Amino acid sequence: MSHLQPVPSGETTPEGTGAPAPALADYLRRSARGDEEAFAALYDATSARVHGLVLRVVRDPAQSEEVTQEVFLQVWRTAARFDETKGSALAWLMTLAHRRAVDRVRAAEAVTRQDTSYHQTSRTVPHDSTAEAAEASMEARRVRSALSELTTVQREALELAYFGGYTHTEVATMLDLPVGTAKTRIRDGLIRLRDAMGVGQ
Amino acid sequence: MTAHEIHALAGAYAVDALDDVERARFEEHLAVCAECRAEVASLADATLLLSEVTAVAPPASMRGAILADIKKVRPLPPAVARIEKRRPRRWTGLVAAAVALGVLGGGSYVVLQIQDDSSEVGLTAADRVLRASDVQHVTADLARGGVATVFHSAKQGKAVVVTEGLPPAPSGHVYQLWLRKASGMVPAGFITGTGEQTELFEGGLAGASGAGITIEPDGGSKVPTLPVVALVDFEPDAT
Repeated sequence: MSHLQPVPSGETTPEGTGAPAPALADYLRRSARGDEEAFAALYDATSARVHGLVLRVVRDPAQSEEVTQEVFLQVWRTAARFDETKGSALAWLMTLAHRRAVDRVRAAEAVTRQDTSYHQTSRTVPHDSTAEAAEASMEARRVRSALSELTTVQREALELAYFGGYTHTEVATMLDLPVGTAKTRIRDGLIRLRDAMGVGQ
Repeated sequence: MTAHEIHALAGAYAVDALDDVERARFEEHLAVCAECRAEVASLADATLLLSEVTAVAPPASMRGAILADIKKVRPLPPAVARIEKRRPRRWTGLVAAAVALGVLGGGSYVVLQIQDDSSEVGLTAADRVLRASDVQHVTADLARGGVATVFHSAKQGKAVVVTEGLPPAPSGHVYQLWLRKASGMVPAGFITGTGEQTELFEGGLAGASGAGITIEPDGGSKVPTLPVVALVDFEPDAT
């Protein structure tokens, strides 16, 4: 079927997806109509991106696999809710994946508040072990370099929020900041990243 | 919270760094603030960049498992444009002051038109709750599709549920309403019909700390069985 793929007309390929952005939207539209082949293509194009993010947030590999599966089932079920006018297919998918990963760690946290021994044994994956696979990607290098342009405090707040799954209030406490400062740093960090990469304008 | 303070939450919202109460509050604001919607959209693109650096392929076995799973799941139909349809004429600054247990989420939000307090005669009891000056509401995505918003007013001592896109109950079953009180879940009537429904909870709100919707055999049950369609908390102090 590869020779039938739409030819990208100068569109960039979102890194880590292996498919041009318009193709992802098309896969989603077809999935909404029950097209399993289109859904499989969507999975192939995006599963590394989704799973990597989930793994980074959730950390526990077995739980991360569950969450990734839940994400794709939700994508299948709710593909018709994707609205192209509100953002790209990849943005929709990754927002959904991140939300689910965060929900999972926060729910686990509620449980571990009553069972601290579980908490101590379950978060043993070293912080950066999951990011290595992406090192080689050009686009990832560009993002890393843009990230390095953030101030240390902006990056810290942003990473704790996005990869740590912590609320801005928790981030403020962790970084010893007045409540209200962390959310400003998160926002400033995102704006700086957006401007450095020339997206979203 | 001032408009300025609400506005400052856009970044935290884009990276899911709001708790459930803040998220509900911000989404209510989003529905009426084009500037915030534009900012959230542009920050969402920046957020997307962050996941560029973490890609890791899942185990190969996952593909087959997921492709087998989807055969058992029906894709939902497209959502009707309920937000545009229901742009509020007047914003009363009410805030969802509660957190749904596990069923809240999905990022959808519903804004219903709410008018000021009114003791006009001729209104139904449900209308009086919806128009009460102290009305609060909680929105939950339903486990089987659709959205329910529970409005409750201490002044009126009543609660109302408004559904959108409620799927039919399984044959031989009904949607039953419950109020959670110290003594446990108290039966509070039924939702009849599907899609858009407005139903008053039977019984007073005194002592109620939350509400629920379950699917029960026809005729209802005295205590809730399963499945739970939605559970919401009333948290009068959260504002």
